[in-house]
Order: sequence, then structure tokens, then C-alpha cells
Amino acid sequence: MIRLMSGNEAVALGAVEAGLSYASGYPGTPSTEILEHLAEFQDQVIAEWAPNEKVALECAIGASIAGARALAAMKMVGVNVAADPLFSAAYSGVNGGLVLVSADDPGLHSSQNEQDNRFYAPFAKVPMLEPSDSQEAKDMVKAAFVISETYDAPVLLRMTTRVCHSKSLVATGEREKAARRPYVKNVAKYDLVPGNARPLRANLELKMKRLADFSEKTEFNRLEWNGPGIGVIASGMGYQHAREVFGERASYLKLGFTHPLPVRLIRDFAACVETLYAVEELEPYLENQIRQLGIACIGKEKIPPMYELNPSILSKALLGKSAPTIECDTSAAPPRPPVLCAGCPHRGFFVELGKIARRQKTMIAGDIGCYALGLAPPLEAQELLICMGAAPSVGHGAQRVFDKFEEGTRVVATFGDSTFFHTGIASLLNLIYNNSNVIVCILDNRTTAMTGQQEHPGTGVTLQGGPAKEVDIEAVVRGLGIDHVREVNPMDLRDVRKALKWAFGLSGPSVIITKWPCVLKVLRGSEKTRYAHEYRTVTVRDDQCNGCRTCLKIGCPAISFDAVRERASIDQATCVGCEVCSQVCGSDAIVNGEPAYA
Amino acid sequence: MPDVTSVVLVGVGGQGTILVTSILSAGLVAAGFDVKTSEIHGLSQRGGAVNTQVRFGRKVHSPIVGNGGADFLVAFEVVEALRGLAFLKPTGRLIVNDLEIAPAPVLIGRIKYPKGVIRLLSSKVDTTVVRAHDIAAGLGNPRVMNLVILGALVEAINLGNIAWDNIIAGTVKKDFVDINIAAFKAGRRELAHCHQAA
Repeated sequence: MIRLMSGNEAVALGAVEAGLSYASGYPGTPSTEILEHLAEFQDQVIAEWAPNEKVALECAIGASIAGARALAAMKMVGVNVAADPLFSAAYSGVNGGLVLVSADDPGLHSSQNEQDNRFYAPFAKVPMLEPSDSQEAKDMVKAAFVISETYDAPVLLRMTTRVCHSKSLVATGEREKAARRPYVKNVAKYDLVPGNARPLRANLELKMKRLADFSEKTEFNRLEWNGPGIGVIASGMGYQHAREVFGERASYLKLGFTHPLPVRLIRDFAACVETLYAVEELEPYLENQIRQLGIACIGKEKIPPMYELNPSILSKALLGKSAPTIECDTSAAPPRPPVLCAGCPHRGFFVELGKIARRQKTMIAGDIGCYALGLAPPLEAQELLICMGAAPSVGHGAQRVFDKFEEGTRVVATFGDSTFFHTGIASLLNLIYNNSNVIVCILDNRTTAMTGQQEHPGTGVTLQGGPAKEVDIEAVVRGLGIDHVREVNPMDLRDVRKALKWAFGLSGPSVIITKWPCVLKVLRGSEKTRYAHEYRTVTVRDDQCNGCRTCLKIGCPAISFDAVRERASIDQATCVGCEVCSQVCGSDAIVNGEPAYA
Repeated sequence: MPDVTSVVLVGVGGQGTILVTSILSAGLVAAGFDVKTSEIHGLSQRGGAVNTQVRFGRKVHSPIVGNGGADFLVAFEVVEALRGLAFLKPTGRLIVNDLEIAPAPVLIGRIKYPKGVIRLLSSKVDTTVVRAHDIAAGLGNPRVMNLVILGALVEAINLGNIAWDNIIAGTVKKDFVDINIAAFKAGRRELAHCHQAA
């Protein structure tokens, strides 16, 4: 059957067809849907969300050693978290085939950096495949398990946003019988004490030599010959864009297996063409290695080394030709940054935190998640964000320096529930151990919201929607040794205000847990009673509103200001009835209207 | 028709561009085209500007076009049409929903929503204004505005001979099939009407 599917779905389907038995991951755009699609095959595949990427890869390594085909999927910055087990797994090798999917994000659509994870392949010394559409994603993940078992190596499948989230036609196939190899105790292979790791290190070089030979003959490195004038060496999405720009006027060496590179193929191809281009997104990964062979090629001197490519950018860079566009000054289009949703439980918390931050010396350390939107005007209640789980630890370092060199600045660290479980617990532990006085705020919205409502250890629900132990954040925090802990409802501004005042008055570490579900979350089971609230939309009473605009300072997409009437106005189709605005109004002008939804 | 036709859809997160992309691409696959689509997920969906692309023809390589690459620009919101205009070929066609959604900086009064955008766009390129919001509201559910826009687009690309009713019925939730089909048909009629008026 031929079907249109995303690269992520194709990876899941290919892995299932290859007889996958175990998969783990942590949600992160653009990788999230790989595990979600694998969850659809729960009769065949054990698929799990892990609290973080390191744990996910370690679980997959264990499944592989136990003899099953295993996969871990994550976004590119997640591979940094998982780098420790990755480098070790290159040494130990595999039993059942092991695939690590890295979903990179050229263009930083949803990421804090733009790292090119292809460099992990030579760094960790693992083979790498780079698909350029959904069919290849499926074919390559199937081949990756075979390569992994044949060469005793974990395989890196490197995707990018436009491969993960583009849809193209895929021929579906049959599932192979889930082949499990028997587990045989092999201390010399799997127990990486130095005495064992030293010979494995030498063995790794032999593996890479054998893989270099494989690279010369695999069908994923293929020639498309259209004559000797222009030659293009390309991988991933770079290949597709190059095909658009040059069409049949160029010959292509299309590389899908990109570590180790096929040196002989590259030399032969370069020798046959007059002008050679290396076309790739982000860093000069191919280009540097081509040049190291002593081969001249045109690459990053013309092609931007950052952000996403597209056919127009490539055409302009290489041919100096831009497609004609419409002459029009479009600068009048106002920016449209993403905002916290109407009814978002983070809003009430940021309204109160922002007020304190404007009154006294504070630093607000943020983290990765929807609450990162707290930085934008008018809330402006965040001033730094480094990486996931970092708010308490970056905050701690800053607090230490403030305490040593100046009086009075307090650090507030804000992060989320999924982030707490990801790596935040260790950061919090450090606060206790080192006697910090950072005010930590865990914005528990009962889901991994930004990536689209994924479950985590605190939700009490598995990836497949089944029951799980619901880990109690407050109990964990108290268990770590923090005595000052308060739980508040972030929709109740007085409650939030009191808790913040209390925390600012303490000299030791404190934790405020704001607990209310994401407005987009579909509540299940006991959540329906725990978070029962009759949402009724609110409207502005014209006779009461004095046009002070205080309600506009909460940054709700439902509230606007009618400049003609000089009154605030609330869009009834957008309002969900969280009533944060009615709590900030000093004129009691915002009142309940009709029930919105239950 | 060129070898490959490129459609860029722009709008505001939550307006249903992804559903339109799904239905359109399913219809194109059923009609035997090679099809590639591209979407962006994650951060930008939170009320930010979004764009999705659909390319179809005999053989499609890249799933995206850059500036000057689109045959059709479909704007679900007025200033998004302006923001996305660079995608359009000068010979291309703009379909714009006459709906204005104020972005956050406008809501809080830091900047003003620009006036006269549709007039400006019409002076620059072949522009068809679709009253998708009014039509959908008239059908009883403003949310099916996206299917009105899809109907107009299908009429504009001249893809009327695909079994769209079946495709829509196979894509949207069961309870909403009838109203979505009604919205789609109203969108087609609206565009046909615009053609006659021109």
C-alpha cells in the first residue's frame, strides 16, 4: 500500500516492520511523534516515555544487550543529555540491533540552538544514516538494524525538521518476525571497566574500517549521472533542494550513509565532473571531509552555514539567481510571536511574579517549556534560559555570586513538571546540599504541554494511555530535604501572591508548586474531580470599565482594547473563563457571562 | 499546469491550516499525484504565525519552496497574507480570508494593526478575497472557516473533479462531516462567484 506519511511515522513503521521490540524516548520537537506512532503498535512493541534522553538511550542499550531490536528517539539537544551512554555503546557494541534517532532542528523552529548532530557520528565512532524523505526514513531504519547487528555498532539515524514533519509517499510492507537473539553473558564486551574498554577501543577502529568498506557499496550512497558539467555531493534535505535547483543539468552523488563516508565513490565522482558542489544544511560536515581528501569543492563559501536551506536560498547562493518576487513593502505586518493560550495556568503565576520583579531586585531563571513564553511583554517574567532542567542550577550559581558580592538580589527559578523529572531533580538536590536560598517554582500543568500533551512520571498515565504510578512532586521535593514547600492554585492570584511573599521572606531554599492542568489537556479519571471548575467566560461591563488597561498587562489573547470606546473588550470565542483578568481589574468591571465549557 | 504546483498556506496557530493540508494532500494522492507537504510543530503553534506547504505534480523533490516559489498563497488571516507575500510568484494567485486577528503586540496597544492591507495586496497581485469567517458563521460554526478556504483553493487550482466529499468524510470527526462538506461547497461557490464577478 502507498500512503502519505511524515518522516516520523515512517521511522516508526520501518522499525516495526524490522521487528522492533523495545523503544524509548523523551518528547522533543521535531522527534515526538516517533514514539507516539510506535505506541500504536502496543501488541508488538514495548514503547515508553523515559524521564530524559539519557535514561531513554540507556534503556534501549539494555534491551539491545538482552537481545532485542531497540530504538531510542530524541531531539538533537537530547543527544547531548544521552551522549554519555552513546559513547560507551559504541565500545560495547550491540546484541539486538540498536538505533538512535536524532531529530535536528535547522532554523531553530522549536529549539535553543542549531547544533548539527552529524558530528556525533565521527565523535562517538558510530555509523550514520541520513534520510531525505519519508520513504528513505523507513528504508533506512530497517537497514539500520541490519547494519547494527552486522557490524556490532549502534547506528545513528539523523533526521531534520523537514524530514520529520514533511509528508511524502511511502510504500508500506510486512512486519518481520521479531528476531530476538539469545542473551549470552559476555563480560569482556559489555562491562566497560578500563581493562575491557582498552581492547574494545582497538576493536572500534576495526569496526570503522569494515563500515568504511560498507559505505562504498551500500545502495544508500548512489550515483545519478546526467553528464560531467556539474557534480553535486549532497545528503539529507540538501539533496532535495539541489534537485530542485539543478534538475537534470547536474550529476549527483547522493549520500545516505554518511559515516564513514565512501571515500572511493567521492574520489571517482569528483574526478568525472568539472565543477563540484557540496550541498548540505548547517555545518560543512561533508565538505570538510571532501577537502581533506585533497578535492576542491564549492560549499559553505557560498551556501549559508546556518538556518534552514530551501531551493530559493540555494539557487541564489550557487547560481546567483533569485526567483522573481512581488515588489511590496511588507514591513507593516506586525510581528506575531507565540503567546500563552487563553486560560493557560502559567499566566496567573507570571502576573504576580512579574509584579514582584518590578518592585525588588530579582533574577528570574527560566527553562524549556511553554512557561518560556513568560519572557514576552507584557508579562516579562523571565530573563534567562539555558537548557532543560537548568533553572535551579543556573539560578543557584547566580544566587551564590549575588550573595557574595551584593546585598539583596533574589533568584527565582521557574520550570515545569516534565522538566522537574527530566533533570530538574538533580538541580534541586544541589540547592539543598549547598545550602542555597533560590526560590524554586515548579509550574505543574500536569502534562508535557509544548510538544503536544505527552505523559510523564507525574501524570499517572503511560505513553499508551494505561495506568502508571503517579509520582507526587511535592513528596519528592520534601524527600530531597526541602522543608519549605507550598502548593498553590495559579489561577488564584491572592494565593500565588501570598506564597511568593512567604518564599521571599525565607533565608533557605523553598519550593512553590503551582498546580493546575494545561487548558488544552483532556482530563481523565480522577483529574476531572481534582480539577473541577465551572469555566464561565467573562465580559467587560462598559459602565464599570475606566479604560485603565490593567487587564491588558496579563497578555491574554482574548483581551483587546477598543480605542474608540476607550474600554477593554473580551473576545467571547477565545475566552475560556479562567478569571485571571477579573482578579487584576481594580474596578470590578470584568464579570462572568455564560458557562464556557465544563 | 506546471510540472509541480506549490501551495503555501499561512495563518495563525489554531486556525486549522494543518487539517486543510491533510485533506488537500489526501485528495491529491487519490488523484495520482506525487505529493509532499511540510508543517512546523511545537512552539509556533501557540497563537504564533504558522505556515504549511503542499507541493504536487509528476515528481516532487523538495517539500518546501522559498521566496518566489509559490503558485498559490492561501492566507487564513489578513496580515499573514502580507507577511507571506514573498513566497508568491508575481504570476501567482493570492486567496485571502478577510479575517483580522490582532497579534499580542497589537492587543496590548504597543503597535497598531495596519489598515488597507487587502487593497495593497490587490494592487500587487491577482487577489481573491474570501469571506470565509462570515460564511462559516452563517453555517452555524465559525470553526469550519478552514474548509470554506479549502473549497475556494480547490476551485482556484481547478481540482474540482476529485471525490472531495469522501476525502473530507474520511478525515474529519464523524459528527462534523456534514458541516465541513457544506463549508467546503460554500467555499467553492464563493470562488466561482468571484470569477463571474471578475
